[in-house]
Amino acid sequence: MFHDARLIASRDLRIELRSKVATWQVVPFALLSLILFAFAIGPNPALLKQTSPGLFWLALLFASVLGTQRSLSVEGDDATREATRLLDLDPAGIFLGKCLALIVEFVLLELVLLAGVLLFFHTHVTAWPLLVASLVLAPIGLSSASVIYGSVTTGLRSSATLLPLLVLPVLAPLLIAGARCFAEATGSTGNSAEWSGVLAVFSGVYLLLGIVLYGPLEES
Amino acid sequence: MTRAKLTKWIGIVSFLAVAVDIWLGLWVTPPDAQQGNFVRLVYIHPALAWVALYLAFGVAAICSILYLWPRTRSFTMDRIAASAVEVGVVFTVLTLITGSIWGRPTWGVWWTWDARLTSTALLAVLFVGYLALRRVPADPHVRARRSAIAAIIAAIDVPIVHFSVVWWQTLHQGATVLNPNLTPTIHGIMAWTLLLSFLAFTGLFVWMLLVRFDIAVLEDLDSDESLDVALAQRRAEGAAS
Repeated sequence: MFHDARLIASRDLRIELRSKVATWQVVPFALLSLILFAFAIGPNPALLKQTSPGLFWLALLFASVLGTQRSLSVEGDDATREATRLLDLDPAGIFLGKCLALIVEFVLLELVLLAGVLLFFHTHVTAWPLLVASLVLAPIGLSSASVIYGSVTTGLRSSATLLPLLVLPVLAPLLIAGARCFAEATGSTGNSAEWSGVLAVFSGVYLLLGIVLYGPLEES
Repeated sequence: MTRAKLTKWIGIVSFLAVAVDIWLGLWVTPPDAQQGNFVRLVYIHPALAWVALYLAFGVAAICSILYLWPRTRSFTMDRIAASAVEVGVVFTVLTLITGSIWGRPTWGVWWTWDARLTSTALLAVLFVGYLALRRVPADPHVRARRSAIAAIIAAIDVPIVHFSVVWWQTLHQGATVLNPNLTPTIHGIMAWTLLLSFLAFTGLFVWMLLVRFDIAVLEDLDSDESLDVALAQRRAEGAAS
């Protein structure tokens, strides 16, 4: 399973390195979202700082939908799905591989967005370990839920509009927990252990669900 | 008794039970010592939530698992799951509406970002997504398999809704009967009316599920026949040219 996961992850990352869709489309879109949020809120530094946790996670979630669509479109192109099936790879391995590639992309996206928030939203990080923990845990759940729902909509006629409708409500606990962790890491008070726990449980549950359900999903 | 007759009788008995429940709730039961007449919504709202969250989405989740299990895989499971979700979404929306009507005089607002309310609204959106997925044209097997997975994932929100009043500090009151101590805080005619509401709305759910299931069977038959007619027309065109 892990060998297959490594194969799929390296394939997806190689395609991404060559096509640079994430670099030239997903990352600029995420930064654009941040800037537009700031325009909508207005040039009030206190308000921008207060809303920055929610806006950071919203920008990440919206951009992640684009990243997922890109990752799953690779499977739909040139009968890649059928070719992968012929290779007799473990479905759980395929799922983990796609998640792994997306985790790498989402972590890079988080770093760019974090730089944007620190720069444009006058935010200062006071608890780096908590922030790093949330930024490492969240992409696991984010990529797992996205790959499951992305696979559910792949190949359907209106998959582009269906994916956000299906996946964004599922990601609501991740949005809440991530934003709380971010708020606490940037100066607010609260129970950081509780929200990091929510992120860990969310990520664990969806990773497990994906491993179990990806096989039936990919059945011919 | 044929199934059609059984369905009809379940419907008649359920509607009568709902009418009796409304009569008891509005005219026979006394007002509450603290909530006054607003307590009368308790004879509708919890029963609607019971049907939506536990019955409808529970049936949908179980049938979806049974569809994915190779030994029990059949379109009957898929149709029951889809029918249950449709009825469940209607009941969830009614739950939110009746809750909102109770919330306005009690909390002073139509809506508040309370954990129970938010998770219930999220559940409704998740299953609306499920219904949207089913509307997309696809091979019936592919549609059934993908819908089953979407239903199982969405059903994860049900325990979150149930335990939200325990896990977080919420405005929503805790369970009246099935609380952690199992000590009901309702008695007498009020308790019996509450029990009747649960039975009446459960019957109504069963009736709606059976009717919607029959419609789903007819829809699939119609779809198959339409395909046959379209194929025959194309063959006739091919033969003519």
